[in-house]
Amino acid sequence: MNGWQALFYKEILRFWKVGFQTVAAPVMTAMLYLLIFGHVLEDRVKVYDQITYTAFLLPGLVMMSVLQNAFANSSSSLIQSKMMGNLVFLLLTPLNHWSWFFAYVGSSVVRGLAVGLGVFVVTGWFTPLSFVAPQWIVLFAIMGATMLGSMGVIAGLWAEKFDQMAAFQNFIIMPMTFLSGVFYSIHSLPPFWQTLSHFNPFFYMIDGFRYGFFGASDVSPWLSLAVVGSCTVLISATALHLLRIGFKIRG
Amino acid sequence: MTAISFDAVSKIFQTPRGPLQALDGVSLAVQEGEFFGLLGPNGAGKTTLISILAGLTRATSGHTQVLGCDVQTQAAQARRLLGVVPQELVFDPFFNVREALRFQSGYFGIRKNDAWIDELLHCLGLSDKANSNMRQLSGGMKRRVLVAQALVHKPPVIVLDEPTAGVDVELRQTLWQFIARLNRDGHTVLLTTHYLEEAEALCGRLAMLKQGRVVALARTSELLKAASSNVLRFKLDAQLPPELAQRARVTGRIVQFPAHNAAEIEHYLAAVRQAGLVAEDVEIRKADLEDVFLQVMGEGAQTPSDAAVEVAP
Repeated sequence: MNGWQALFYKEILRFWKVGFQTVAAPVMTAMLYLLIFGHVLEDRVKVYDQITYTAFLLPGLVMMSVLQNAFANSSSSLIQSKMMGNLVFLLLTPLNHWSWFFAYVGSSVVRGLAVGLGVFVVTGWFTPLSFVAPQWIVLFAIMGATMLGSMGVIAGLWAEKFDQMAAFQNFIIMPMTFLSGVFYSIHSLPPFWQTLSHFNPFFYMIDGFRYGFFGASDVSPWLSLAVVGSCTVLISATALHLLRIGFKIRG
Repeated sequence: MTAISFDAVSKIFQTPRGPLQALDGVSLAVQEGEFFGLLGPNGAGKTTLISILAGLTRATSGHTQVLGCDVQTQAAQARRLLGVVPQELVFDPFFNVREALRFQSGYFGIRKNDAWIDELLHCLGLSDKANSNMRQLSGGMKRRVLVAQALVHKPPVIVLDEPTAGVDVELRQTLWQFIARLNRDGHTVLLTTHYLEEAEALCGRLAMLKQGRVVALARTSELLKAASSNVLRFKLDAQLPPELAQRARVTGRIVQFPAHNAAEIEHYLAAVRQAGLVAEDVEIRKADLEDVFLQVMGEGAQTPSDAAVEVAP
């Protein structure tokens, strides 16, 4: 067994042992969003022809859950280990930055996809769905989870207390996900906000993901792929660099 | 071969109050198979030195090697050769003892390690705790798990940073028997401790750190020989006269004078009698490591327990 596989397996087991909190709870939250927003807005909002609002909302919620949980996994694991002091057990091993990266980001992708699948399973029967291009669905889910898992690594290394982590989560991750078009099409926004949304990489993740279901999207899926792909590479490279220099974990 | 070598290692921490020199040109070499003790008051730089050795902290200057592997440029090899028991009582609350040890083995790329894990658990008196969650263990038990975790990959060089701080007598005995056995089997041991009698009993050689510098480095027996060979010890109900108190070590009622020969002993006892005081429970004993330690630490500075030196920002 390579060292990174042991760490990867440990990270999987870590969230799985508290699965109610890490998997079941976010699935429940997403289901409530769908029930309430779907009920209230079903007859008022029409984004694409032939697609009900509930059907439009569902992929957005799935992707939002994937992203939030991928971020939560690596970031909370790192900050907890730092606060508890047990990160030292890893620091004493010969594991290099690639091992740390694959283990932490890999387990984040697994948790993100597990929650996303869970949301899909419990909400999928609320409304008929189509799967025009499943390869886009899988591709955007994996890329989005990788990017947010890497962001979680960066936040986990940077934050020195739970307070800072909460700030990162609530003032960066939450606004970017909520303002990305999970609940609406950006075409319904005033021009200023529409332009602003185009600078939000999360918008392209949701839009590209949704394209896989309906074959319709606000921008071309290829543009989304380019934006999300380059952001993922950039953020992953940053996370790897910080792990290599032992940013804030090796004095 | 040299198991551990520090070559002119310095460390300056940047603090909000300005730079703090924790280590100032420390050079030490521990040979393979040695049981080496690192002593010094709080803030002397012991833990910083061990952190540099373990790769947890980078030295500002100097070189550190484990069995010839540089801890910075050959970090992975150096860490495989090293088993470190950290000072802080840390643990992972998600797992039980066996899981923690299996994962730790896994990080070193060791897949099937249960035979060695079982032996470690047995030797450390943890066999019946193998399936207990880390949270349920007492402090002493957690400490034993830390030792086991440091040894899962059978490192030739073992570093223990105050492993017996706050640990009961029984565990100390178990732990030392086990570490002494590993040392007899050829493992090199580097130990920091506050219990000087432990260092005296176990360590063949000692280094004393003070304010980031090595102030004494010798065989334990030589250090003991170099100190005043005897100590006059008695109990007193009243205050010693100031001129006598200067030369004595006073702990509550207990008064101790370093003495080289019978004349000195007679001199002190006479002085006490002339002051109109009555010495009780008089005894003369061999100087121990604590006497040497206090003597070395007391030389020069007036505040032997002070933290590391401040340098101008």
